Amino acid sequence: MPHDHSDHDHPHGLLPPDPALRVRALETILTEKGLIDPAALDEIIDVYENRIGPRNGAAVVARAWTDPAFRAALLEDADPVLAGLGYYGRQGEHMVVVENTEAVHNMVVCTLCSCYPWPLLGIPPGWYKSDAYRARAVREPRKVLAEFGVTLPEGCAVRVWDSTAEIRYLVLPRRPDGTSGMDADALAARVTRDCMIGCGLAVSP
Amino acid sequence: MTRAHDMGGRFGDGPVVPEPQDVMFHADWHPRALALTLACGSLGLWNIDVSRHARECLAPMDYARFAYYEKWIAALADLLVRTGALSADELASGRADGGSDLASKRLEAGAVAGVLAKGGPADRPGTVTPRFAPGDVVRLRKMPENMMVNGGHTRLPAYAAGAPGRILRLHGTHVLPDSNAHRLGEAAEPLYAVVLRAGDIWAHPEHPGDEVILDLWDSYLELP
Repeated sequence: MPHDHSDHDHPHGLLPPDPALRVRALETILTEKGLIDPAALDEIIDVYENRIGPRNGAAVVARAWTDPAFRAALLEDADPVLAGLGYYGRQGEHMVVVENTEAVHNMVVCTLCSCYPWPLLGIPPGWYKSDAYRARAVREPRKVLAEFGVTLPEGCAVRVWDSTAEIRYLVLPRRPDGTSGMDADALAARVTRDCMIGCGLAVSP
Repeated sequence: MTRAHDMGGRFGDGPVVPEPQDVMFHADWHPRALALTLACGSLGLWNIDVSRHARECLAPMDYARFAYYEKWIAALADLLVRTGALSADELASGRADGGSDLASKRLEAGAVAGVLAKGGPADRPGTVTPRFAPGDVVRLRKMPENMMVNGGHTRLPAYAAGAPGRILRLHGTHVLPDSNAHRLGEAAEPLYAVVLRAGDIWAHPEHPGDEVILDLWDSYLELP
């Protein structure tokens, strides 16, 4: 049986303890070594700060609300549908879309780390990565929802999806009442990041 | 026993604090730590399971006290030394001691968008026949541990171990983290979404009919 030595091997302690200095020290060494291009780091940050984020997911949700064939295809097999829209990439290679209804409310967590559908929602928010959310979402999802101001109607079951593999989940929230005349852009503006994780509801007019 | 990262169902963590949608990072070094980790991934020295395991191997005290991206940067430093990309002396001195054979693999700024868009799919051509079909009743493995490597990586959370479940869907055949995290091969297996009833995993469920769904590999499952 192979033995795992990693418990006894933590060279990170050789770096400065302050995290900002730690990151800078590592970047400096790696740059000098020719292993990192600082401009590539700027580019990665720009992608996730400015180009990939919850607007992508909101556009998908709004289209699903207005286009029944699109919605059916999305729920049946999301990958080809999303790839066709250009929403593919790191941490979104295998997507499943789950639909909230009157009877079922879906909610997504990663109890073991912080798995999240990056191409559709961007980088996860701090609370999604927090110990409190990771620990509690599976045991007491209704209490967690209450902390987001969400109370479910009587008789609505909760389904919590723990992202333990490379499948990433997007919640298709319920379309708010009073939005029947709205076009896809106006609808997308009502779709928050939190409601696509299942910790919110789409915003009513 | 389990590691500190396996916290599903734990008590005592306090409230979840929602945040405005436009808050992405809480300090300037957070995005830098994220980008540094992603860029180093391109050197090809490890896979995603190795990197997850490196974070899980932080001492429980460090795992608990480190902020999220502190875990990332500590695990990154550990991996760079373990794989020989950097020496312990270089970490300690803060200076590079010569160049690197790996410099040709450096992620260039112009390649970033393409690399992120390409992703890293985990499905593989299926060679193992799925033992289970949607609707089948199963039992999750009793021990939330790696069965091949003592103290190794697994994606079976402790709160779910040993519970009865029902197969909801077959996702396809996916790389097995328990093997891949230890460079023992991808060992792809059928991967299923498995439904657990809250009443079967918690002594005091909010509602016994609520459900938790996990994605689990064939070898995590047993006949009921």
